[in-house]
Amino acid sequence: MSVIVTDSGFGPDIAANWTELAPDTPPEALPEIARKAQAIRIAFPGFADGRGFTLAASLRRAGFAGRLRAAGHVLADQYAMARRAGFDEVEISDALAARQPEAQWRARADWQAHDYRAGLRRRAG
Amino acid sequence: MYRYSEFDHAFLAERNRQFRAQVARRIDGSLTEDEFRPLRLMNGLYLQLHAYMLRVAIPYGTLSAPQLRKLAEISERWDKGYGHFTTRQNIQFNWPKLPDVPDMLDALAEVGLHAIQTSGNTIRNVTSDHFAGAAADEIEDPRPYAELIRQWSTDHPEFQFLPRKFKIAITGSPNDRVVTRAHDIGLRMVARDGVPGFEVIVGGGLGRTPMIGQVIRDFLPVADLLPYLEAIVATYNLLGRRDNKYKARIKITVHETGIDTIREMVEARFAEIAPEFDQTATEATLDTLRAMFAPPPLNPRDSATYEAARARDRLFRAWADTNLTPHRVAGYAIVTISLKAHGQTPGDATAEQMRAVADLAERYGQDEIRVSHMQNLVLPHVALDDLPALYAALRAQGLATANVGLASDIIACPGMDYCALATARSIPVAQQIAALVGALDIEQELGPVQIKISGCINACGHHHVGDIGILGLDRAGVENYQITLGGNATEEARIGSRMGPGFAYDQIVPAIERLLVAYLELRLEPAETFAQTVKRLGLTPFKTALYETEAQDAA
Repeated sequence: MSVIVTDSGFGPDIAANWTELAPDTPPEALPEIARKAQAIRIAFPGFADGRGFTLAASLRRAGFAGRLRAAGHVLADQYAMARRAGFDEVEISDALAARQPEAQWRARADWQAHDYRAGLRRRAG
Repeated sequence: MYRYSEFDHAFLAERNRQFRAQVARRIDGSLTEDEFRPLRLMNGLYLQLHAYMLRVAIPYGTLSAPQLRKLAEISERWDKGYGHFTTRQNIQFNWPKLPDVPDMLDALAEVGLHAIQTSGNTIRNVTSDHFAGAAADEIEDPRPYAELIRQWSTDHPEFQFLPRKFKIAITGSPNDRVVTRAHDIGLRMVARDGVPGFEVIVGGGLGRTPMIGQVIRDFLPVADLLPYLEAIVATYNLLGRRDNKYKARIKITVHETGIDTIREMVEARFAEIAPEFDQTATEATLDTLRAMFAPPPLNPRDSATYEAARARDRLFRAWADTNLTPHRVAGYAIVTISLKAHGQTPGDATAEQMRAVADLAERYGQDEIRVSHMQNLVLPHVALDDLPALYAALRAQGLATANVGLASDIIACPGMDYCALATARSIPVAQQIAALVGALDIEQELGPVQIKISGCINACGHHHVGDIGILGLDRAGVENYQITLGGNATEEARIGSRMGPGFAYDQIVPAIERLLVAYLELRLEPAETFAQTVKRLGLTPFKTALYETEAQDAA
């Protein structure tokens, strides 16, 4: 079983037609995936593997507007990064959810605050 | 200087609050040691040989007097009363206790300082020219661009878990004082048709596989800076190797993929990213930053007092000849304060010395202090006529060593005295070389020579780009020092060539002595520097001096 984390905290999984992406998905494949997929789940085999953040940003840049999920070993400390990179939600194991309970994720639900890049982009109009 | 905005202050307070919570969550088990490690590293906290080490960023090497005083206070309150300035314009405190670190970070925040991204697999603190805004040879002050990069790279959501660390250096002068070609990205300002832009260099680095960076874009308009950097780092984030940490730096990515292919990938990504950045708005931001970094108003000054002191005082003259650099304004000089007093640890300053320099910066130096990658401090704007008084005050603090650019102005990594990675001692070797040239009194005669010492293959002491490089290794439990010759850290960067077999700990300083004496015998004239003699004659006569003389001595 797994737990889905959104800005409102922990929730159950929802059914969707997921396209699964590995972290080594080549960037040139992303535009077509962005066009065709309904919902995309990007795997995080380990929290230190940051490729998924760039894949997510690239998919959004390519126009993907569907549900985008980071799934695997993602820390509460990375929730704001995931949201800023374009993910809608994070999927973690029950064991990780027990070790890093809901409050630790909710503490980062204010991911839109204190964001240098948003500031640069705001000025960038 | 840059002044923190409300946004900056709020960001820092929130970041420090998060780190305090992370320390607590490590203690209560929410975070495993493996998970906590990158989080403490991206907040500047290392675990060293004997203790934790906190590495504080000095963005683009610029400090105000109150900031330097705060560093002094922190060193006294939570450390052992001194700090160590590094080759990346940071300061390291070597003895903090973990529970104290959140309080240290809060104290730093009071003066707009932090330890963010001074470590970890992130974009590190951006380094810049320590003479920025004062040097006579500058096209433009690079610090507004460095600050723009700081804002862009701080907490960048895509780039906190890169394959490996990522270092950017930027210079506004064609004369490269920041070793751009030994960085993951080097930015060297150039002018084209009178318009400033950047030569972008990628894939340089020292470490166990030293490589000189290659030009990926020969002219980048300044307004394209951020999207182009973002394109490079995003390309690297996906392409860089994660299977082997020793092959994970972008220099290996560039080497294995080829600069032309990397260039195509970066340009393609740049085309996608560029529309998200509004050039007009970037220019407006830069204008604001340029105004903050505007040079202080420097009134014309006479130099009669300075000239009189030069004529009268031999020691002052020797110091002025080595430690001053021409300022862009007549009647002023850039003063380098050597942190390489003979016998001391290169780059260390006591709390008392830091306070003294802060006071002197306020009195004589427009309230500005710089930290150089050579591990010295700099007062960038001092009137010539104030120099005699400044010199006297520096002497009283043991800070008037006249050796900038000379044989005892040594870059040395902390080595086995502090570092968990080190395989040999660096600091005592530097101390003994300084003592040697002091005892022989040949430093002035030798002239400019850069000696750089690393205590392991990771090359934090930049030994590859020294005129003389020393690399300390472990050979079956015994320290062994390899010598390289002919390295270059300027815009003509070059990796030095390795000489023959290494030397034992008690033999390395006599070996360096033989090299220096050989140079004095081989040079055509006193004006020919060590580097020029090596260039003219090649390595052979120096190898002879290193090894054959040694054999004779032993016979």
